[in-house]
Amino acid sequence: MTVPRGLIAGAGLAILFIAGALLSFLWTPYDILTLSIPDRLQPPSAAHWLGTDHLGRDMLSMVMMGARTSIAVALLAVGIGMGLGVPLGLWAAARRGSLLDEVIMRGNDLIFAFPSLVIAILITAVFGAGAMNAIIAIGIFNIPVFARLTRGAALSFWARDFILAARVSGKSPARISVEHILPNIANLMIVQGTIQFSLGILAEAALSYIGLGAQPPMASWGRMLADAQTLVSIAPHVALVPGFAIILLVLGLNLMGDGLRDMLDPRIRVARV
Amino acid sequence: MIRYTATRLISLCISLIVASLVIFTVVEVFPGDPAAYMLGVNAQPDTVAALRAELGLDMSRPARYLAWVSGMVQGDFGQSYTYRTPVSQMIMDRIWVSLPLALFALVLTVLIAFPAGIYAASRRGGAGDIGVMGATQLGVAIPNFWFAMILVLIFAIHLRWFSAGGFPGWDKGLWPGIKALILPAVALALPQAAILSRVMRSSLLDMLGEDFIRTARAKGLSRRQALWRHALRNAMIPVLTIIGLQFSFLLAGGIVIEQVFFLPGLGRLIFQAISARDLIVVESVVMLLVFLVIVVNFAVDIAYAAVDPRLRVRR
Repeated sequence: MTVPRGLIAGAGLAILFIAGALLSFLWTPYDILTLSIPDRLQPPSAAHWLGTDHLGRDMLSMVMMGARTSIAVALLAVGIGMGLGVPLGLWAAARRGSLLDEVIMRGNDLIFAFPSLVIAILITAVFGAGAMNAIIAIGIFNIPVFARLTRGAALSFWARDFILAARVSGKSPARISVEHILPNIANLMIVQGTIQFSLGILAEAALSYIGLGAQPPMASWGRMLADAQTLVSIAPHVALVPGFAIILLVLGLNLMGDGLRDMLDPRIRVARV
Repeated sequence: MIRYTATRLISLCISLIVASLVIFTVVEVFPGDPAAYMLGVNAQPDTVAALRAELGLDMSRPARYLAWVSGMVQGDFGQSYTYRTPVSQMIMDRIWVSLPLALFALVLTVLIAFPAGIYAASRRGGAGDIGVMGATQLGVAIPNFWFAMILVLIFAIHLRWFSAGGFPGWDKGLWPGIKALILPAVALALPQAAILSRVMRSSLLDMLGEDFIRTARAKGLSRRQALWRHALRNAMIPVLTIIGLQFSFLLAGGIVIEQVFFLPGLGRLIFQAISARDLIVVESVVMLLVFLVIVVNFAVDIAYAAVDPRLRVRR
């Protein structure tokens, strides 16, 4: 099995950001809570590799702290989606054709039909802006994605002989779902999880850009961009740095997701989307 | 076909009812009494009570829900708490920014994605294909609001071709209005165009592997002729579904882009209403957006079933 080049590049980028986020718990080049107005809006230099923002804070340190927020929010949102979506999908598949299946799937269709950003704005506006509510708002829309995917994949396994054998040996549908179906669809979930993770990064950035995501003193890439908006003409790096951080992390995760899919699913070895 | 339309219509109605219930419930938990908020902290309790009665806030929740829904069905979205003007009027003023922006972005999306997707599919595996796919990979990773800021920096601040934001109003003529929407529409369209190009390409490649294409080639059509005459039409089904979904992304994504360009659209209306605790405006605008999205997706479903009989029996 050859490892696709995209996977290596993507994983490299993702690991770089995750490492930066983890490192920020122990050390950042500068303390982002100390403001230094005389040093504000400096372009990248030896002292400040990515320059400083309008309050004189080191942008590299801000990016590291922002990576922590972005990754935590997106990861927890994927956790909500998988944690609720996968069991719902397995349950619907185990009781396929029943009223329960119908209710779960129609519920999914309904969530899908909502413009997610509008509802995320509504949720964060009503329950208060903040990282926790951003996680919930993004997470809710991950549930139907995983539920649908799980159900579809699980259904194809329910028709297989090894599942029949398990049923003949007296295992309950719940046990079969957990012991036989779940391990078989895990690959698919990892791939989808990577893609939802990258969408979560973008959603978090948009929410915090409009002021409904993580609140200060928590650093966030979306907030950095909101702060940069009026300064972009004087000091372009304040907008370019957080923007490139988002693009590189999302690009890395997408390449990783595509690479994993190509590697794990032998049916689509041929070059496709 | 009639049966299919009827079942889809019933599920459309259920979706709309559930959506209105969800929105109403979520907004109801909104902390703070709008009447007290409007009158300030020093208001007399009886003044607050009078205003609550005037706004209909003293009714029970189910009664208010029913009043809200039956009003909307008749085109009456209620009165704004803060501006004391009909919400339908406020929506009408702003929808003529948001809707043209979404449609403009949709047209751009299609104009970019179709040629890019078809080109990539026809050059499968070649340098052109790899180039287009690389560009789309980048396109989906770029946050549209960031791209909007960069467009402003280049085209408004440095080149001075466009203004950095604001909207002159359609009464100033068609061109100034369109000009104000160009940068926002480009910013909105780019990531969606990247997604659509990929869908177009993969859908075309799926079709090119089908037997009827082999037949077309066997009867003497060139690869290109087979692609244009036979593969393209069949490849349009998944592409149209995605376009339907993208309309909702563009309409909702417009909320953020409107903030970047200070456009007086529905997005800004929502934000103003949220900060002013103007619940009725928030409820009605969100409901309107959800309604538009659900109805567009319904229309797309029906359009396919009319075109492709296979879809009527599925499910």
